[in-house]
Amino acid sequence: MLELIKEPWPWYISGTLIAAIMVLLNFYGKKFGFSSNLRIICAACGAGKYSSFFNYNWREQKWSLLFLLGAVIGGWISSTFLTSDVPLALSKSTINDLKSLGINFDGELSPLQLFNMEFLMSVKGLILFILGGFLVGFGTRYANGCTSGHAISGLSNLQLPSLIAVIGFFIGGLITTYLLYPLIF
Amino acid sequence: MKGLKFILAGIVFGIIMIKSEAASWYRIQEMFRFQSFHMYGIIGTAVSLGILSVFIIKKFKLKNSSGEPIVFENKERGWKQYLFGGTIFGFGWALTGACPGPMFVTIGYGYIVMVFVVISALLGTFCYGLLKDKLPH
Repeated sequence: MLELIKEPWPWYISGTLIAAIMVLLNFYGKKFGFSSNLRIICAACGAGKYSSFFNYNWREQKWSLLFLLGAVIGGWISSTFLTSDVPLALSKSTINDLKSLGINFDGELSPLQLFNMEFLMSVKGLILFILGGFLVGFGTRYANGCTSGHAISGLSNLQLPSLIAVIGFFIGGLITTYLLYPLIF
Repeated sequence: MKGLKFILAGIVFGIIMIKSEAASWYRIQEMFRFQSFHMYGIIGTAVSLGILSVFIIKKFKLKNSSGEPIVFENKERGWKQYLFGGTIFGFGWALTGACPGPMFVTIGYGYIVMVFVVISALLGTFCYGLLKDKLPH
């Protein structure tokens, strides 16, 4: 069993389990939406002093922070106990596209060439991680949800606003991938 | 302990994000280049089963663990905030290769740089809070 879990999971297993997490949270009386945590943390740090947007009873959302804590632990468990020797099965065309940008595929989850402190401190690193992170935090709250809240929960409930948000995710993602990446790298 | 079930659900979620490779920077690049079915298969399966589950929950008026009916609120109507906010998030998703869930999961996985991504994301959310009333919604 453990050996089976260690292998990379096929998409239909992963998709099924993500739907199961959403339903499980529904049965716990909660909603599946991860980016709310960013607002909760801001509120908990006293951001309410600067904007009424953060003046709400965030303590009622403590369950969400526990879910976040679990998610971090889950990441740690994965790298400590559940790694496989099989390199990530990235498509050949992506490997080639990234190579032409000077990013070499190393078979890891994410490129160690980029995911290190030295790169973070470079101009490219600041754009990728610091600007990128800022846009994730700003955009998810502006759109009132992220991949979990809109693409999974919202689309499951056939919400048109969520479809519009997902279209937005792709407009931004495609512009970045095809226009900005060649400029940055 | 009442909160334990949420920690456990979070742990399972974190493992799913890693083993599905949805938390992989490479996979997000591949997705936005339409070079593999992988991410579309994951999201497609999750949404199809999600639609079916929500339909069943509504149809049979299923109750949650505290005995209350499970309700699904409709999102506020409009399009500007969803399109503009969604696009801004899309920029960030393609740059960092991480949406908010995987951002935290990959810290646990051992990518320390993601701590700085999270701090920036918190700053982004904070700035949205400051500018909220000035933005079209």
